[in-house]
Amino acid sequence: MNIAKKEQEVIEDFSLFEDWMDKYSYLIELGKELPLIDEKYKTNQYLISGCQSRVWLYAELKDGKMILTADSDAVITKGIISLLVSVLSNHTPAEILEAKLNFLEQIGLKEHLSPTRANGLSSMVRQIMLYARAFQIKLKQE
Amino acid sequence: MDIEHIRKDFPILNQQVNGKPLVYFDNAATTQKPLPVIQRITDYYLHENSNVHRGVHHLSLVATEAYEKARSFVANYINAEDSKEIIFTRGTTESVNLLATVLSPWIQAGDEIVISGMEHHSNLVPWQQLCERNKARLKVLPVDLDGTIDLNFLKKMLTPQVKLLAITHISNVLGTINPVKEIVRIAHEQGVPVLLDGAQGIAHAKVDVQDIGADFYAFSGHKIYAPMGIGILYGRFTWLRRLPPYQFGGEMIDKVSFEKTTFNELPYKYEAGTPNVAGALGLEAALRYVEEIGLDNIFDHEDKLLQYATKKLQDIEGMRIFGHAKDKAAVISFLINGVHPYDLGMLLDQMGIAVRTGHHCAEPLMDFYGIQGTVRSSFGMYNTMEEIDVFADAVEKAVQMLR
Repeated sequence: MNIAKKEQEVIEDFSLFEDWMDKYSYLIELGKELPLIDEKYKTNQYLISGCQSRVWLYAELKDGKMILTADSDAVITKGIISLLVSVLSNHTPAEILEAKLNFLEQIGLKEHLSPTRANGLSSMVRQIMLYARAFQIKLKQE
Repeated sequence: MDIEHIRKDFPILNQQVNGKPLVYFDNAATTQKPLPVIQRITDYYLHENSNVHRGVHHLSLVATEAYEKARSFVANYINAEDSKEIIFTRGTTESVNLLATVLSPWIQAGDEIVISGMEHHSNLVPWQQLCERNKARLKVLPVDLDGTIDLNFLKKMLTPQVKLLAITHISNVLGTINPVKEIVRIAHEQGVPVLLDGAQGIAHAKVDVQDIGADFYAFSGHKIYAPMGIGILYGRFTWLRRLPPYQFGGEMIDKVSFEKTTFNELPYKYEAGTPNVAGALGLEAALRYVEEIGLDNIFDHEDKLLQYATKKLQDIEGMRIFGHAKDKAAVISFLINGVHPYDLGMLLDQMGIAVRTGHHCAEPLMDFYGIQGTVRSSFGMYNTMEEIDVFADAVEKAVQMLR
């Protein structure tokens, strides 16, 4: 499934929720699910400083596709991370670089990506794109 | 005190956030502005705007007179001996930086500056940097777990090397109202001058600088219902007179030639450039407003809010409140077991409630408690008991969702 289709799926999932409580309860459930990152990557090296909630991000290249794992100490942030990772992970760097990520706006969570939110999410997306660019260069050299 | 009547003066409070009536509990960050303050700023720009202190024309005289009247009003409000002791600044942060700059020649290698463990970064970093530049030492008066300081310990720390004690009047995190008069007395016994950071103190305590005896007192207008971008550094005349200028430029000079410049007298020596006249007038209007409502009425009301909110919050399972001083201002910092403050703040926002989450610009204090941050609710004169009910219910609801 391509990224756009995955985004569409998330939008459809969220269209079922009638009020903010359902939406956030779902995010919290997503956030509480299994750890999204190997504990050994939950170090300062992989920490994206978000001032209020901390985000750890690890990216690797497997068979030409980027595998993303991430975590946060705040559960709502973690829920949103889980959405981002499910949409972006396991795609080629080129596909990731082209991703629009419009779905966050459509499900009413765009505000969380604002750099003023101090939750590390906007830095995380920027970091994912930096990884993607670096991996793309690496792939071209091979 | 008629809260409904007061709330009519703050139209901003009458709005919906995320479909719910706004509950504004972030007053320690900034307070809302009443109509008379907004009107004063508008009137200035409608009828009086002109540059101050230099014009011969009518408007310039009007603006200058209004600006200087505002200075006198502030002087009276904090009971300064002379309005020359009132320096207009951008806010507490600039006031502290001003002082840290002009005191610099006075701080030698091996000297010491004492601060407390509950300082806001703005009364910490300027002193830390000054010490670093001048090879002096920054000493920190420890905070007890209940959020108070030990005066006996303070006495021991004030060795002959100490050149300044810089300490907050009221903690922006813990709400602790420090016994500033006693602190100043102890410091002066050892010959140590004192700066009080009054960012929170100005709004939640009676400030009489002569009674307290402080050498310097810094505060921001926006924490006491005045506009942003205006603040005060109060300094005793005998101090300010002998300290060097801060910024250089227009207004602060006496005579300028290419060879030499002599400086203007106080307070202009410290007010280089065109000042924030509208801000100063707004500050006067805010202080007048507060006086009209009555400081005692406001403190009494805020204390009731504090007691009621503390009681309601304590009923929530896993609640941990930081700061248990006997004298405490209307600020409650808390954490709930297993709940990240950012998550709680997000959900409260969904319910229309504005609180602060994070380290509140006091990272060393967070380190002391071994935490990343807290949720902070802080009250002002326009908050109500009903709002606290809404808040406590919202916290319960959020915690249920998050656990």
